Amino acid sequence: MKNSVSITLLVASLALLAGCPNKPKTQPDQPQTPTTSDTSGLDTSPVSSDETAIQGPSGELLSKRIVYFDFDRAEIGADSQSVVTAHAAFLSKNPNFKVRLEGHADERGSREYNIGLGERRGQAVRRAMLLQGVAEVQLSTVSYGEERPASAGSDEQAYAQNRRVEIVYLK
Amino acid sequence: MINKPTSFAGVDAAAWKQMRNDYVVVGRVTSQPDGRVKVEADLVNALNGANMGIFSSTAQPDNLRMAAHRVADALHEKILGVKGAFATRIAYISVDGRPPNQKYELWVADSDGANRRRIGSSNLPLMSPAWSPDGEWLAYVSFERRTSAVFVQEVRTGKKILVSARAGINGAPTYSRDGKKLALTLSGSNGNLDLYLLDLGNQQVTRLTDDPGIDTEASFGTDGSVYFTSDRSGSPQIYRMTPGSADKPRRVTFTGSYNARPRVSPDGKQLALLTLAEGSYRIAVQDLASGNITVLSKGRQEESPSFAPNGAMLIFAGRERGQGVLQTVSTDGLTTGRLDADAGEVREPVWGPFLP
Repeated sequence: MKNSVSITLLVASLALLAGCPNKPKTQPDQPQTPTTSDTSGLDTSPVSSDETAIQGPSGELLSKRIVYFDFDRAEIGADSQSVVTAHAAFLSKNPNFKVRLEGHADERGSREYNIGLGERRGQAVRRAMLLQGVAEVQLSTVSYGEERPASAGSDEQAYAQNRRVEIVYLK
Repeated sequence: MINKPTSFAGVDAAAWKQMRNDYVVVGRVTSQPDGRVKVEADLVNALNGANMGIFSSTAQPDNLRMAAHRVADALHEKILGVKGAFATRIAYISVDGRPPNQKYELWVADSDGANRRRIGSSNLPLMSPAWSPDGEWLAYVSFERRTSAVFVQEVRTGKKILVSARAGINGAPTYSRDGKKLALTLSGSNGNLDLYLLDLGNQQVTRLTDDPGIDTEASFGTDGSVYFTSDRSGSPQIYRMTPGSADKPRRVTFTGSYNARPRVSPDGKQLALLTLAEGSYRIAVQDLASGNITVLSKGRQEESPSFAPNGAMLIFAGRERGQGVLQTVSTDGLTTGRLDADAGEVREPVWGPFLP
């Protein structure tokens, strides 16, 4: 411990005697543009994602687009069951419509594990919709984990808002 | 008032000892005929007045910080027997704005946070940066295509290569210790996250795990083994597997209900991980021989531990007043620090290798 203290001191003095030039070097402020984009040899189809979100259907339940989940759970919350059922019924009657199921987690724990939790939630909604007759081609999933919270807070209320699947209608 | 010498000859060791200092460093910066600048430091043992050596580094005038860091690394080694990790770089992610309109940026900076340089930017999440063993490349996850994809980017030139945009999740990239392969988490369209190995030379993908639970966050051991997070037992825990072996992955964490994000230390003897302790997510190290876990941090919500290349320090993300900040802790838990990052919310720091 004594050593650590002394080292802190000597590093500080070195920075001083070096004149501490911490002005950033002049660098272009824009990220470099990619010069190479190599997808050769990929064994599964690359996902194209230029599908744009659309308004989609309206109605008391169909206007609701968010499915909520309990902490560390991937079962659709009781309050959200009717929302999933309504969208599944609409999609099975309207096979030309597609949705993307965007899974999210609250901010607690590890980021990549939370990507897994968000995906599990998206898949729970996808399976429920498949069981209600929606075709596989109408459904895709993406997980944002904790990266795109609906609410920025760090309390249980915010967490409950963030554990969700958003149903996004696509053109 | 104690005198302020610039070389060994002027150091009054007894006076420094009286002020409870173990060592004294005195130094000077001098211009060289070729325009470069030389940073020199004399190390004095304050207890006995012995001259322990002269340490120096020469650099262009605009690179004085790195010269000073190199001298500090040598002094660290002289005193503690372990090379310092000051003359190294880190990478991290910053986030600006409020959800859902946020801007994500990927940065590379000196180990103390200075000289930061932006190397990537997106309105959709950037996450999970990982250094190549030679420090020339960063692998990371970007959602710029709306779904997740793994890119590798050359730090010096900015050259960016898409290496995985398969259906489902493309996440958690980690370079193998020889830099020729990337361990990845892929899910396919059925959403089952498992570990895969991507050969960067021929783009061949090999499956490493096959389990209905979430398998993610691979980290390579020094013996070719792979440590990873899996919730196959119900809650996230750390497991170890060996590619090419028929043996089932073996669980390595048994303390607590949540252990995730393993990082193997440079010597292969320790794991840094994220653990749930006393209701808070904290940084811990586990000794792999004994299995003993030591919690190193004291915050409420910490994440993303990453070893310094000398194995003596960890950098991780903590929270202060609701914002992500970068912090350091020595692996013995005795010394802590906080990095100054200009940006608001910063996260996912990763410590790069020793520079050549």
